[in-house]
Amino acid sequence: MKLTFKIWRQESTAVHGRFESYDLEGAGAEFTLLEALDKLNDQLVSTGKEPVAFDSDCREGICGSCGVTVDGQPHGPVANTPSCRQHLRSFPDGSTVVLEPFRSGAFPVVKDLAVDRSGLDRIIEGGGYVSLAAGTAADADAHPVSHDTAEAALDFAACIGCGACVAACPNGSANLFTGAKLMHLSLLPTTAVERGSRADGMVEAMDEEFGPCSVFGECVQVCPAGIPLTAIAGLNKEKLRAVLRGRGK
Amino acid sequence: MTISSTATTTDAPLTLDDLRTLGEPIAGGQPTGDPAEAWADRKLHYKLVSPLNRRKFTVIVVGTGLAGAACAAALGEQGYNVHSFTFHDSPRRAHSVAAQGGINAARARQVDNDSLARFVKDTVKGGDFRAREADCWRLAEESVRVIDHLDAIGAPFAREYGGQLATRSFGGVQVSRTYYTRGQTGQQLQTAASQALLRQVAAGTVTLHTRSEMLDLIVKDGVASGIVVRDLISGEIWSQTGHAVVLATGGYGNAFFKSTLAKNSNVSAAFRAHRRGALFASPSFLQFHPTALPLGSDWQSKTILMSESLRNDGRIWVPVAPGDPRAANDIPEAERDYYLERRYPAFGNLAPRDVASRAARDEIEAGRGVGPLQNSVYLDFRDPLARIGRTVIEERYGNLFEMYADATGESPFEVPMRIAPGAHFAMGGLWSDYDLMTSIPGLFVGGEAGWAYHGANRLGANSLLSANVDGWFTLPASIPNYLAPLLGTPALPADDMAVIRTVAETEGAVQALAASPGTQGPDRFHRRLGEILYARCGVSRSAAGLSEGIRLIRELRADFQRDLRVAGTAAGFNQELERAGRVADFIDLGELMCLDALDRDESCGAHFRVEHQLADGEAARDDDNWAFVSAWERRPDGRYRRHAEPLTFESVRPQTRNYKTS
Ligand SMILES: Cc1cc2nc3c(=O)[nH]c(=O)nc-3n(C[C@H](O)[C@H](O)[C@H](O)COP(=O)(O)OP(=O)(O)OC[C@H]3O[C@@H](n4cnc5c(N)ncnc54)[C@H](O)[C@@H]3O)c2cc1C
Ligand code: SF4
Ligand code: FES
Repeated sequence: MKLTFKIWRQESTAVHGRFESYDLEGAGAEFTLLEALDKLNDQLVSTGKEPVAFDSDCREGICGSCGVTVDGQPHGPVANTPSCRQHLRSFPDGSTVVLEPFRSGAFPVVKDLAVDRSGLDRIIEGGGYVSLAAGTAADADAHPVSHDTAEAALDFAACIGCGACVAACPNGSANLFTGAKLMHLSLLPTTAVERGSRADGMVEAMDEEFGPCSVFGECVQVCPAGIPLTAIAGLNKEKLRAVLRGRGK
Repeated sequence: MTISSTATTTDAPLTLDDLRTLGEPIAGGQPTGDPAEAWADRKLHYKLVSPLNRRKFTVIVVGTGLAGAACAAALGEQGYNVHSFTFHDSPRRAHSVAAQGGINAARARQVDNDSLARFVKDTVKGGDFRAREADCWRLAEESVRVIDHLDAIGAPFAREYGGQLATRSFGGVQVSRTYYTRGQTGQQLQTAASQALLRQVAAGTVTLHTRSEMLDLIVKDGVASGIVVRDLISGEIWSQTGHAVVLATGGYGNAFFKSTLAKNSNVSAAFRAHRRGALFASPSFLQFHPTALPLGSDWQSKTILMSESLRNDGRIWVPVAPGDPRAANDIPEAERDYYLERRYPAFGNLAPRDVASRAARDEIEAGRGVGPLQNSVYLDFRDPLARIGRTVIEERYGNLFEMYADATGESPFEVPMRIAPGAHFAMGGLWSDYDLMTSIPGLFVGGEAGWAYHGANRLGANSLLSANVDGWFTLPASIPNYLAPLLGTPALPADDMAVIRTVAETEGAVQALAASPGTQGPDRFHRRLGEILYARCGVSRSAAGLSEGIRLIRELRADFQRDLRVAGTAAGFNQELERAGRVADFIDLGELMCLDALDRDESCGAHFRVEHQLADGEAARDDDNWAFVSAWERRPDGRYRRHAEPLTFESVRPQTRNYKTS
């Protein structure tokens, strides 16, 4: 098939970007979007041009590295699917596809389609961990966790940290990401101990760089890990709980 | 016993003696005596650094995968001054996230008769007697608290309905000792480890450098003293010195271009240390995973892995008749050959990976391969779906089925999956002694970048384990032992000649690469290298094929030097430049892999030399001549010298691996 890609090109964070158009021929409907970019880049390099920068690694939807805005949709046209698992079969032959980086004030463009999502790590640094030193844990079989609780924790732990929720949000909020982590860690017995201080610390770090949540719900439409909106309700609950009980409980 | 035992290289253009010389034997330094007691004994003798003195030591940890994040976090917790590096944009993204199936531990809670000794036996036997036995005992012993620790820091392991940890079976093992979190075990462990690392960043003990790639090792008077790094955003090249350096930089399966690894995994950190003198062990021991997706198009970016756990329930088969044109579901039971169940009745579909990969290759080569390109075999869930139902299957493998359907457009609930062997895991890596120190003092290695546990074939779910044991428990004990005598010695100053020289050399090399005047990008050469390696150094190997492989790789290197084009400049973010440097190292590694495979004149584990097979086509190991690990020294002129570390086995008697009856 033949496609025209209109791609955002930006040399670095400091300079302005612009769109450029490229024709890609000989791609198959079974190509993933990123394989199409690989082929386009091969074409660009062999004709003396600069290839398009974009992040990716696992190419199977688990690492959260990839993230391209396709025709205005973070990750691409198929809902809840990361860019590396979007296929060209979604686009009519001969169509024009617009590719941009994830757009958010909290994600400066590094180059072309690659952005800086380190703000998400700073939210984790705010408290998204367990204060326990290697070797000191008790026997994991000594505290039973019900099958359903473990599965529920896993539903929230499935977040791949791609940042699409932030890019989809008109406010640039990271509530879905933060809520998923808070829910994951508050559901399990060993990790629930620090619930209060964790909620305080993470929300504080989040508020420093990301926008407020108005529960538009656009984030859950794009989230490749299927994190449900209850993560946001969970975040609000954890926040409130921390206020009522006092920090650190 | 063997059909033919002579590797004739005489009519081949290159002879072994042209390619390598033989060096002195080397020693692993493990405690003598009962290997089961070795780790307790060694820990007792390790020197310690008192808590107040730990801040005075700077440790550089390269890599934030399971091994690196764990090591940096554990050393940070202890109070060392840690600098942690990753080329990824976040510590959560290492290739470790892709592991699906699970992590082994010899907790032996069930009554299926598991034990530490059985774990060691399975691991040593699975590795076809080419691993260091004492290291396997340490792996077994520490496996128990690895699970406790990971559970406590947030990995939501699957639980039984009674609330206890759930386990499943993996290939090459008859007990149930694999712990898992749905099909996302690696991701959950990696998330937990990176959180623990970020906790130390917040506490100020670890300084994290993301999008920072190590390009060289600084060696001063024979001792590892720092690294040279390129800031991948600004392009700036700088140095970090320290008292010890840990490489936890992952495996090198991507030499094959199409592999199950993440696209950016590479060998450069380990290989550049190798150029600076670190010995490289068993480079040709590369595992081909039997359940990877077959290739569809030329531009398919990788051979996605379908977890081995699928073999717990799925049944592998091909049509009895070569080239059978019927759709899988139209082929009646009597005309299907469940060849693993037939050939290996005791282990059936759970035969170890090397055995399963070779069996698949046998079927495909005999014309019984299935799919449009006849390059795959079926993995069928019809019977388990009928037996235990869709809900249970969905819960066990839901996301794997989805991933398969997504990649191929076919639902494994309706039609069998198609699978084929794909390059997967590097058993080889930087050689290290029992303390995980390489042949360069002060340079340590952990995780898949090392070599010690998996011999010539890794058992499924043992490498998440080895990365975690190295990172959380072994390195944090062995590194202080190295540091203790250095108390009072400052880290190398940044203006030391060794630092200035190494930085200047790196800058020169990067500039030269960036100025490459040719016409083709690095990926083109990488694809060609992958094709050569699959054909010459793949699931089966021959002397003639390997020496031809070396010739082809040398040709490829010459083309690379002549016709490489690196778009953009050395300043700023340049992914082509990153790839070019990595491909250059892969080319040199590829040649070394072929050399190692040519040199090792036996079959063992994943290394199958067609000249050495038993009458029934199984691998013929040669313990009289090859019961050692090859550790390769790269001479300054690029020529190779092979050292050998002899392997002896106290607790598991070497035997021919038999997955047919026991
Ligand atoms: C698809 C797949 C599935 C698997 N499933 C399982 C399983 O079910 N069970 C199991 O036990 N094992 C499994 N494995 C194997 C296992 O995942 C790996 O062996 C293990 O995760 C390796 O961890 P690591 O920490 O050694 O390296 P990695 O996770 O590869 O981490 C390497 C780190 O080093 C960094 N790095 C590398 N080079 C440099 C450099 N030059 N400068 C700076 N940073 C650098 C990277 O950024 C990264 O942070 C699987 C492997 C694959 C490919
Ligand atoms: S919550 Fe979903 S969209 Fe947001 S970072 Fe996690 S996986 Fe990505
Ligand atoms: S490349 Fe890993 S999720 Fe897309």
